[in-house]
Amino acid sequence: MQRKDLRILLGTILCLAAFPWLVQPLKAVSHYVDVMVFAGIFSLVTLGLSLLMGYAGQISLAQAAFFGIGAYTSGILTSRLGWDPWAAIPAGAGLAAAVAWLVGIPALRLKGHYLAMATLGFGVIVHIILAEEVEWTGGPSGMVDIPGLKIFGWKLNSEIAWYYLVWGVVLLTLIFCFHVIHSRIGRALRAIHEEEVAAEAMGVPTARLKLQVFVISAVLASVAGSFYNHYVTCLNPGSFNLMWSMRFMLMVMVGGMQSLWGTLLGTVLLTFVGNEWLHVFAEFEMVVYGSLLLVVALFLPKGLVSLIPRRLFPSSAEKSSPKDGNP
Amino acid sequence: MKSPNGDSSILELAEVRMNFGGVAALKGIRYRVPPGIVQAVIGPNGAGKTTLFHCITGLLRPTDGEIFFRGRRIDDLPPHGIARMGISRTFQHVALFKEMTVLENVMLGRHPRSSRGFLATGLRLPGMRREERNIRERSLEYLDFVGLGLDADLAAGALPLGKQKILEIARALATEPQLLLLDEPAGGLNMRETEELGTLIRRICDQGTTLMLVEHDMNLVMDISDRILVLHYGETLATGSPREIKDHPRVIEAYLGES
Amino acid sequence: MITTDLLQYTISGVTIGVIYALVAIGYNIVYNVTEIINFAQGEFVMLGGLLAVFFVGSLGFPIPLAFAAAVAGAGILGFAMERFVIRRARSASVLSLIIITIALSILLKGGAMLGWGKDPYSLPAFSRGGPIMAAGAAVQPQALWILAISGLVVGALTIFFRRTVYGKAMLACADNPRAARMVGIPVRRMVLLSFILSASIGAAAGVIITPISLMEYDRGALLGLKGFGAAALGGLGQFFGALVAGVLLGLAESFCAGYLSSGYKDAVALVILLLALFFKPEGLFGSREAAKLKRF
Repeated sequence: MQRKDLRILLGTILCLAAFPWLVQPLKAVSHYVDVMVFAGIFSLVTLGLSLLMGYAGQISLAQAAFFGIGAYTSGILTSRLGWDPWAAIPAGAGLAAAVAWLVGIPALRLKGHYLAMATLGFGVIVHIILAEEVEWTGGPSGMVDIPGLKIFGWKLNSEIAWYYLVWGVVLLTLIFCFHVIHSRIGRALRAIHEEEVAAEAMGVPTARLKLQVFVISAVLASVAGSFYNHYVTCLNPGSFNLMWSMRFMLMVMVGGMQSLWGTLLGTVLLTFVGNEWLHVFAEFEMVVYGSLLLVVALFLPKGLVSLIPRRLFPSSAEKSSPKDGNP
Repeated sequence: MKSPNGDSSILELAEVRMNFGGVAALKGIRYRVPPGIVQAVIGPNGAGKTTLFHCITGLLRPTDGEIFFRGRRIDDLPPHGIARMGISRTFQHVALFKEMTVLENVMLGRHPRSSRGFLATGLRLPGMRREERNIRERSLEYLDFVGLGLDADLAAGALPLGKQKILEIARALATEPQLLLLDEPAGGLNMRETEELGTLIRRICDQGTTLMLVEHDMNLVMDISDRILVLHYGETLATGSPREIKDHPRVIEAYLGES
Repeated sequence: MITTDLLQYTISGVTIGVIYALVAIGYNIVYNVTEIINFAQGEFVMLGGLLAVFFVGSLGFPIPLAFAAAVAGAGILGFAMERFVIRRARSASVLSLIIITIALSILLKGGAMLGWGKDPYSLPAFSRGGPIMAAGAAVQPQALWILAISGLVVGALTIFFRRTVYGKAMLACADNPRAARMVGIPVRRMVLLSFILSASIGAAAGVIITPISLMEYDRGALLGLKGFGAAALGGLGQFFGALVAGVLLGLAESFCAGYLSSGYKDAVALVILLLALFFKPEGLFGSREAAKLKRF
């Protein structure tokens, strides 16, 4: 990892580690730990989406569907078939990967609007299935009594335990993503985003790479869904609908599509906004989200992160003045 | 100038046809490119030159006919497969990755030279750092070769057009091609830049790479090419050395007929 | 009876199919002039219905006036959308444009929820009377209205695009905006007009379908998706294709609901959408080469 990123990472780890202890004693904000657990879970989804959308440039409105596949698979396997959650989570990831692979092969041949519509349609189809297959999924009223997680026999009862588990996974994922971005694969993804034809002419297997990123983002969303499932211990299809795909996209865009830190920032920010401050004005949520997305897309396409002065922030291209003085 | 070896050929076009709906862009091209030369492809607008390049590099699948590269058939391969076999190219309208740095553009050209996938990269398995350093060093060498070494950290989109064209060549060179296709490399360049381009092309050829060149600048073509293929309305009009083509009556007629 | 069932499903299939066709035509108009796919198209349908509900229910307008007012209202929204948002974003990347129209659709949906809440609303049928019996199948009078009004809309559009200067100018913009501009066609105004038209057509569809299937704030997404399915299946930009594809989609959906499972009927149109995009993106009536040359 680059040195700047490493410094920010260490700082982030420290802040994250200290956060629960700072916040717990204060009654007014002690539930922030719970919000941060959700923020962490959503971050798994948005990190994957950032790789897919920000780096590879492929739009996907289906993340909520993969989120749902992970949640329901581990939910069904654990509560109806008695599986251990730690086996059910990979099973869900496997299913999500298979579905993403099957859908991705034809879908990623499409570009732009067509791809967006295809992922949109796919996402809605999954949502319909989740709501219709009442025998398996409990239909619109969903499922309850989903077992929680245990680590080596220890039940994860407290928010704080979940907090450390989830954010631990997020940090590992973050490091993985950083490695990918600052490598030839990361370069290849950015090349695909900018000029797919030229990238392929230089030997980049564009179709294969796009599919791989798509599958990875699906797997991440699925694992996140499984965590969500075992944390909340109940499920209903309303948590995996189109609006959620849009929320995930908003989190990535607000923070900064092409910046992993930006994505984390956007996710945490919007989770707090959604859980905390919009509770009072629940009806305005959609209008607020829509306006925010519009403003960001029009005026701040690189996200909030682009407002931070360059020197403090690692960036990919230094747009300095030419060194040899030629115009 | 190298004399072509008549027996073997690095690229063979066997009755290549390309139809778009009702329009026949290429009507059965038969040609052999000898290795180690600069092969120019010229012709009036609409003759099918860029279409031919697209067919060779796999962007288009010929409607009929075959293309052989070093004896192996390539017209049914995807573009990245053809690139891996040793054919690289530049584009008529510069297709650089404008938001990436000059160096990163060339580093992308090194992509096919390694095969580590997502997992190996993400987990930062041993050897990644060394591989990245190698890619970087080799890419800087290519930049130095074309004279852009000082601009390595600039954003590619910030370069003037002349340098962008050179950068695109450096990127293509980084894939270590045996056959390099240049699509109108002198387009938009002034006289001095065109001269430097000509020198660069000969230097690349001297290193052993075969070059194919679609170009409208006749002075450049006559100056640096070893052989010329003239296309007109998708058909081969004439082939030969620059001297032969320059005074070829049908070629002159075709070009004059255009204006 | 098997044949009366078949007839029944066919009638309801054609009825809803024509609605999908109208939505598809809305997509086509904007796409033809701008190469943009307006993800908010479905919301105009929803707003058309809800606006009519407002005019009839709260203001007591008679149906024809409410219809006109709803269509006009949607047209104004389409105008505002283009004038204040899309125009600013014309040079943005495809990704940004997609996100912008998605954001607009979320805004419209949120606004509708604020204005009308989450309940479904109904409109009185355009004419009184019970179902008309035809060969054993029951045909709602409203279905006849739907077919008639849709036919009028399609007819008017055909005349507009084939015979009027404005219409032909719009088609010219689609083909080659630069050439159109050079010939003196005000491209910006054409873009504006395309948004107004498509919003109005969508709203008209919304008004005429509400008496049969009600309307609520979140119907836009599904209607928009299915309408796009019809547009894609018919060949993006092809009006005749949109008509045929819309009816086909409606029939498929209706037969599924009747013979297989009503819970999955929404999925049918979506699966067809995916199949069309995956395997025949140029649609039934589009051309392969033209599809390849498109911006995306």
